[in-house]
Amino acid sequence: MKDCYLGVDIGSISTKGVIIDDENNIIASSYIWTEGNPVNSVKKLLEILKEKLDKNYQIKGIGTTGSARKLIGLMLKANIVKNEITAHAIGTLTFYPNIRTILEIGGQDSKIILIKNGIITNYAMNTLCAAGTGSFLSSQAKRLGINVEEFGDYALKSKNPVKIAARCTVFAESDLVHKAQVGYPKEDIIAGLCKSIVLNYLNNVGKGKKITPPIIFQGGVSKNKGVVKYFKEILKEDIIVDENSHLMGAIGIAVLAKKNKNGNTYSLEMKNLKFQTKAFECNHCSNNCELLKIYRNNELVDSWGSKCGKY
Amino acid sequence: MTKISFPQMGDYHIPATYLLSHIFPNDKIINAPKITNKTIELGTKYSPEFVCTPFKYTLGTMIECLEKGADTLIQMGGGCRYGYYAELQEKILKDLGYNCKIINLVTKGQTNIRRINKLFKQINHKYSKIKTIYYSFITLKMVKYMDIIDDYIRQNIGFEQKEGSFEKLKEEMLNEFKYIKGYRNLYKTYKKYLKKFYNLKTYKPDKRLKIGIIGELYTIMEPFSNYYLEKSLAKHHIEIKRFTNVHYLLFEKAKEYKKYQKYAKEYFKYPLGADASDNIARCKFLCENDYDGIIHIKSSFCTPEIGAMPIINKIANTYQKPVLFFSFDSATSKTGIETRLEAFYDMLEMRKEK
Repeated sequence: MKDCYLGVDIGSISTKGVIIDDENNIIASSYIWTEGNPVNSVKKLLEILKEKLDKNYQIKGIGTTGSARKLIGLMLKANIVKNEITAHAIGTLTFYPNIRTILEIGGQDSKIILIKNGIITNYAMNTLCAAGTGSFLSSQAKRLGINVEEFGDYALKSKNPVKIAARCTVFAESDLVHKAQVGYPKEDIIAGLCKSIVLNYLNNVGKGKKITPPIIFQGGVSKNKGVVKYFKEILKEDIIVDENSHLMGAIGIAVLAKKNKNGNTYSLEMKNLKFQTKAFECNHCSNNCELLKIYRNNELVDSWGSKCGKY
Repeated sequence: MTKISFPQMGDYHIPATYLLSHIFPNDKIINAPKITNKTIELGTKYSPEFVCTPFKYTLGTMIECLEKGADTLIQMGGGCRYGYYAELQEKILKDLGYNCKIINLVTKGQTNIRRINKLFKQINHKYSKIKTIYYSFITLKMVKYMDIIDDYIRQNIGFEQKEGSFEKLKEEMLNEFKYIKGYRNLYKTYKKYLKKFYNLKTYKPDKRLKIGIIGELYTIMEPFSNYYLEKSLAKHHIEIKRFTNVHYLLFEKAKEYKKYQKYAKEYFKYPLGADASDNIARCKFLCENDYDGIIHIKSSFCTPEIGAMPIINKIANTYQKPVLFFSFDSATSKTGIETRLEAFYDMLEMRKEK
């Protein structure tokens, strides 16, 4: 039996799972939509991974990251739960030890990580607005009647991207509508949108950060060729996009799970697991905390959200 | 009988209540309820949208105090937008239909005895001046002692052996401070608790992380408004250095400012308002000493600190130290703060290991 390690990255839009072996080779991976239900999507993900995984392997460690990391960490009894910034940096550094800048645009957040000599020196995350993230792109794609996957190809066709006021998603959308009604071709609008994502990212997240090559671009949006093109154009540097760029967070957390293994063996059998959450509001004081109780097979494992520690 | 109340910040309602209850023994002091979600909801509802967050917190507590029956509110004003809190809040409260009086003791960070005398007479014209001087002295000492002990707690709470031992002892001390009789009593109590704090068992490893917290004063001093930042840092076994406290603002600021200006003269020449210039100098201090990271916190729309942020960024770049910026608002999400903080610890730990 050989050892392997599972990393799960549960983002707002997509859920990513990766299984690596002792040499950090990817033996199985999957990428599915979260669809607002992290518990179910992880169950689905594990089913897919189980089929892909060779019978010779046993899972020696599980790590979770992404916005639902705590919940899924409880569900899978993960041996490590880490934030996505660390996971992305670790994942990237395993494959690209010399990297200096990581640009990452995900579903609901975008980040920049600066690295020097293999350690993170600084990072930033978008604070307030969704302009410049993947969910804005996907909602606009839906509105224009195009698959997000084809977005990049459309953008590459354009020779004259329109200018879009992209400070804020709402204003950007009204500007987009206006440009479409005036009669600009679809390609130019899409290209303008891709460019606005880049500009927004650099003005918002990348503000005050020194972007030094080599640069790698990750997250779901890195699959969009249009955005990559405009990053190259505006930064005037070469941008590396790994074929596994969308899985980098999951790879990173799998590497961390390997480092923190505790000798336990885990199973991927989660189909029959009953994992429930119950939400209620505590009216004990005027804080009115929103509480969440988490049950694993009808057994209370944790409760979150209490300010005073009553629960 | 006047019913006096005041907005609160951190634990400082204890010395304030102590002082007022001794100056006005025949009047009633109404203690503001603890800040909760309801406070900030009330404050946000009736404040201008883009005012700094402390305005919303203080307005919220004021409304809660008035609901509890207060009719006289005490407020002060500092050297930034804080300078017009009292006037604006009075107008908002009047518009809401509350019949109350706002006593503004300090304008633009400056005041004098004659003015305070005049205002105190408005509350109760029979108040005793000698008593006021005596109890003010005790109260100021109390604030000083509280700040000294808080500093010690901040350095050690992350390494306590028994969970909650520091907080429990602090609560005990504050409870005793409420019923102090005279200065000697205060001094003895302080010494007693200082000894007790020193005797609390801690385990401090040599390779511990040290973080300095700088930023806007209210957000730093009121734990609810910074989402209990210091508590979550302590949980990760981090030593915390914080400069701002009430004692600093009252007695040291004017003196320190000149020192700070000299110390960081390459970064600023003119005052930036409120604590912004102090924070620039502190940032340089933290970078030059063995601190691993800096956290800069402010309330949203705090103009002086916004002006200081690029300079702090520049200092951090020169010294290659990480800075984490937080801007707290009534609509900040707790999850976002947690993710950023977690990444910050990880980063500092990785740097320390290398």
